Amino acid sequence: MAQSPNRAPGLVSRYGADTAFMTFVAALMAFLYIPIWVLIAFSFNDSRSLTWPLSGFTLDWYVKLASNGDLLAAIRNSFYVATGATILTLCVGVPAALALHKVNFPGKTVFRRLILLPITLPGIVTGISMLNMFKLIGFPLSLETVILGHATALLGVVVTQVYARLQRLPKSLEEAAFDLGASPWRSFVDITLPNIRTAIVGAGMLSFVLSFDEIPVTFFLTGRDNTLPMYIYSTLRRGVTPEINAVGTIIVLLSLVLIVVSVVSTRDTKQK
Amino acid sequence: MSHARRNLSGVMVLGIPLLWIALFMLLPYGIIVTFSFWVKKYPTFVPAFQFGNYVTLFTDPQYVLVLLRTLKISVLVSVASLLLAYPFAYWLVFRCRSAKLRTWLYMAVIAPLWVSYLLRAYVWKTILGTEGVLNSFLKSIGLIDEPSSIFLYNQFAMVVTLTYIFIPFMVMPIYTALEKIPANLTEAAADLGMGPWRSFWTVTLPLSAPGIAAGATLTFCLSFGDFIAPFLVGGPDGNLIANVIATQFGAALNWPLGSALAIVMLVVVLTIVSLSDRMERKGATGGI
Repeated sequence: MAQSPNRAPGLVSRYGADTAFMTFVAALMAFLYIPIWVLIAFSFNDSRSLTWPLSGFTLDWYVKLASNGDLLAAIRNSFYVATGATILTLCVGVPAALALHKVNFPGKTVFRRLILLPITLPGIVTGISMLNMFKLIGFPLSLETVILGHATALLGVVVTQVYARLQRLPKSLEEAAFDLGASPWRSFVDITLPNIRTAIVGAGMLSFVLSFDEIPVTFFLTGRDNTLPMYIYSTLRRGVTPEINAVGTIIVLLSLVLIVVSVVSTRDTKQK
Repeated sequence: MSHARRNLSGVMVLGIPLLWIALFMLLPYGIIVTFSFWVKKYPTFVPAFQFGNYVTLFTDPQYVLVLLRTLKISVLVSVASLLLAYPFAYWLVFRCRSAKLRTWLYMAVIAPLWVSYLLRAYVWKTILGTEGVLNSFLKSIGLIDEPSSIFLYNQFAMVVTLTYIFIPFMVMPIYTALEKIPANLTEAAADLGMGPWRSFWTVTLPLSAPGIAAGATLTFCLSFGDFIAPFLVGGPDGNLIANVIATQFGAALNWPLGSALAIVMLVVVLTIVSLSDRMERKGATGGI
């Protein structure tokens, strides 16, 4: 913003405004990050109750985690579900984004609306509507039904990300490939795919994280097996323990790794 | 030949998503619509066509109250997120002089989205509780003598928690909208003698309206369907629609009523989404 330098009073008020803005931004950061530090700090605290001040350092809660069979099974289940859901949602979402990008067909607007709906539609609606269907056709609930639910709920995420990238690609590239006699498949593999690869990777990572963390759909579609968030959810019914903080701290660390990976992979595209 | 091939690839590209949508979206939605007209008959429920479930939802004070409460909480969360996100995004786009700092701060707001949503709700339970971090902290610095229960298990706690969780969804679209405003517009306003406030109200704010609409839609809809925050910090009178739906499919075993509630939720969300779509389109054509 260019301000006219000839207005001296403006300078004073601008300085005041800057200070106010800075304070506000600092407060917002505190609001966002103090809770995360609280989560981490109490995972190392040697008291069962989560009260200030911290009483002493311990790694007991982490040791406890390592020997908690239910928890480890839940983590395994979550990896299974998130991997399955990510693969499925990419297999459906990428073609959907391609269709939105270059195929014209009747009902395209409805198609777009429907596919993007789960972004704003609360997961609970996806969850119970699929629950109703599985019950009606007598399909038993399991981790696989959870995968189908997640893949459906995450479709919108994949489509928005990949579609946004496709929109930015110059049309001439594919036209050139087509003029040179490349089949649609060849032009997809050689031209389109390399250009949208990072968007697909990004969408896949986001889907994985969201699926790993998902509760509303899982809540209705799982059979006897628990995923990690469902396990934490059921533990919370019994009360709050620092063990959950320890799980949380590990999740925060893993998320941090994923964020770094995703930043590095998007940086890659900018250089091209 | 090549034309036919092009068509074939079009069919393939379109076929999988269409099949998926039909099987896992349209069919299930159709089924809940059907179920919502059925009748509960102990011990399960039987096919019927009547509007009794909907009548119950809109006349039984118990359900009307929950609906109104959910609307209120969702509106409050959207407003709170807007009040926090807008000045922040504004500062980032127009006032922050270091590009590096801008990138870092933007990322810092988005990053929590990658951290488990359940944990972000859980941590507020541990902070706001009677035995919680905030109370014991206030006590240790001598601000209060007795732990206070005013922080947890009420609507305030729900609004704080949901705002905390969903604020990135407000920052992202507003930031994008503000970034698109050409600098010469505000410069022109300044050259024409408009003060910073007038130029904000007449130029910047209207041009960023589509971003506000998108952010408000997301935060509203996400809060509207949430059932974790009410469970963790909402307390006995904090049930939102999603909790009631969960009860109907669990303990209460009234699937038809639960389905009707889900349809109400679906209709509310669809209405909001199409309203904001219209607003965004208006912004796109009426704008630059």
